[in-house]
Amino acid sequence: MTRLAADTLVMAERNLVRLPRAPDLLIGFTIQPIMFVLLFVYVFGGAISTPGYDYVDFLIPGILVQNIAFGGFVTALGLADDLTKGLIDRFRSLPTARASVLAGRTVADLVTNTLSIVVLVATGLVIGFSFHASVLEILGGVALLLLFGFAFSWIFALLGLSVSSPEAANGIGFTAIFPLTFISSAFVPVESMPTGLQTFAELNPFTVVVDAMRALWLGAPAGDSVWGAVAWSVALVAVFAPLAVAKYRRTAAR
Amino acid sequence: MPSIGTGNGPAISVEGLEKSFGAVRALDGVDLEAAAGTVLGVLGPNGAGKTTTVRILATLLEPDGGRACVAGLDVVRDAAALRARIGLAGQYAAVDEQLTGRENLVMVGRLYGERRGSARRRADELLERFHLAEDAGRIAKTYSGGMRRRLDLAAALVARPPVLFLDEPTTGLDPRSRLELWETIEGLVADGTTVLLTTQYLEEADRLAHRIAVVDHGRVIADGTADDLKDRVGGERLEVHLVDPADAPAAAAALAPMSDEAPQVEDATVRVMVQRRSGVIMDAAGRLADAGVGVDDVAVRRPTLDDVFLSLTGHGAAPGEAPAGERLEVAA
Repeated sequence: MTRLAADTLVMAERNLVRLPRAPDLLIGFTIQPIMFVLLFVYVFGGAISTPGYDYVDFLIPGILVQNIAFGGFVTALGLADDLTKGLIDRFRSLPTARASVLAGRTVADLVTNTLSIVVLVATGLVIGFSFHASVLEILGGVALLLLFGFAFSWIFALLGLSVSSPEAANGIGFTAIFPLTFISSAFVPVESMPTGLQTFAELNPFTVVVDAMRALWLGAPAGDSVWGAVAWSVALVAVFAPLAVAKYRRTAAR
Repeated sequence: MPSIGTGNGPAISVEGLEKSFGAVRALDGVDLEAAAGTVLGVLGPNGAGKTTTVRILATLLEPDGGRACVAGLDVVRDAAALRARIGLAGQYAAVDEQLTGRENLVMVGRLYGERRGSARRRADELLERFHLAEDAGRIAKTYSGGMRRRLDLAAALVARPPVLFLDEPTTGLDPRSRLELWETIEGLVADGTTVLLTTQYLEEADRLAHRIAVVDHGRVIADGTADDLKDRVGGERLEVHLVDPADAPAAAAALAPMSDEAPQVEDATVRVMVQRRSGVIMDAAGRLADAGVGVDDVAVRRPTLDDVFLSLTGHGAAPGEAPAGERLEVAA
C-alpha cells in the first residue's frame, strides 16, 4: 500500500510537471470556463428565469460542477496519449504498483481541478457572484466538487484506456457527458423543462450535485442533496476505479 | 535465488510459446534459448511474431501456451519479481516527450523504488554514459531520433537489469546513430548483460548476435550462429566482374571446372559456387588469364544472412522486398 502511494505520487508529479509545457491543456482549465461563464451570464442570463436567485448566483455552482466533471478529460487524453506513445508499456514493465499509473492521473486531476475552481470562483466574484454561506460551507462545497471531479477522473480513465487515440477520447467524452450536464439543474431550473426531460434531470447525478452546491454556497434548501451528492460520487469511484484498473491490466493485449 | 550472469543455465529459455489474437496465430510454438552474457538475435520480417515474443518475455502479455523463464523466473508466475530484473527498450522510444532527459530517468528510477537522491545520481551517470549530459535539461520532444533512442535505452538500464530486451532498437535510425547504438549494446554485453534483440536487419544480427533465431509466421524456422546459418545455404561464392560483357561465355567456360554447379552469368558478372576459400582467387585469375579474358574484379564472398533468409522462407527479410528470381537461384 505504501508502494502504491509512493508510485502514485511519482506519477502525479510527472503529470503535473508536464502540464505547463503543453499550455493548450491549461487553456482548457482557465480561459474556456471563463468564456462559458461570460456567455451564459451575459448572453443567456437575461432570458433564463431563476426565481429566488440572480442568474450569476444560480449559474456559478452549476458551471463549476460541469467544469469539474470535464477536468477528468486530462486523464483520458493523457492515458490515450501514453498508450499510443508506448509509455504504458514502459510503466507496465517496471516493478510499480499496478494502479499507480491511473491513480497518479486522477490525483493530478485534483490539483488541476482546484486550479479551475479558483479561476471560476474568482471570475464569478468579479461579475457579481456572492456566497451566502459560512467558511465551513464554502470549504465543504470545494471538497464536494473535488470528490465529484475525482469520480469523473476514474470514468475518464476508463474511457482513455478504451479508445484508440486522444482524438477519439475527446469526441466520445464530449458527446457523452456534455448533454448530461445540460439536462440537469446546472444552467436552467429543472421545472422549466418538458416533463420527460424533467424526470431524467431530477435523477441525473449532475442535478443532485448542483443542488448540493447551491445548498452549501447559496443557502438553498438542501433536502438530501448533499448526502446524495457524496453518495453518487463515492458510488461512481467504487464502480469505475476497479473497472479502469481491470482495463489497465488488460490493455497490453492490444 | 537463481544465479545471474555466471553462465549457470540460460538467462532466457522459451519453450513452445503460443499466442493468438483472435483468429491470428501470432506465436505458433516458439522455442528460444540465450546463455547468460550473450546476445540472442531474433530475426524476422514484420508480423513474424518478434514483438509479441518480447512483450511476453517482458511480462506485458500472457502467453496462451508454452512457458518462458527469464533470469530464472517464470514470466507469468513470477512476473512481479521479474520486472525488477529486466529492462525493455523498443522501436517506439517510450520516453515522455514533455519531460527532460533527466526527469525521464529520475522518474523511472523512482518507479523502481529508488529515493529521489539516488535516482538523480543514477540518472546523471546514465546521461553521461549516453552522451546526453549536455541536453539533460531539455525536454525530450526536442531530441533527435538517435538521442531519444539513447534515452530510451538509458531508461531501460536504470536498475542495472541482468537481462535486456531490445525490440528493433535501431529501426528508423540514421547510420551513424545505429553504429553508436551497436557499440553501446556491445559494451553492455561485455559487462555481462544478456540481450535479446529483435531486428529486421540482417547486418545487425550478424554484427551483434552470438546466436540468431530466424522467425517467420510465429515459428522459429532456423537457429544457430551466423556462421551456422550461412553454412546451411552452403559454400562460398566466387564473383568475377569482367571488363567486357561479351567475354562472359568464355569466362564461364574457363571457370566451370572449379565447381560442380554451372556458373551463372549476368551481364559482365560471372558467379561460381565453390567449396573452399583458399587459393580460389589465384586459381580463377590464372584460368581467366589463360582464356584471355579482361578482369575488372575477382572476389570470394560468404553467403549473407539475406541469402539465408531467402533460402529459408522464399522471401526477403526486409519489408516489402519482393522475392527476386535471380536471388532465389543464388540461394537455392
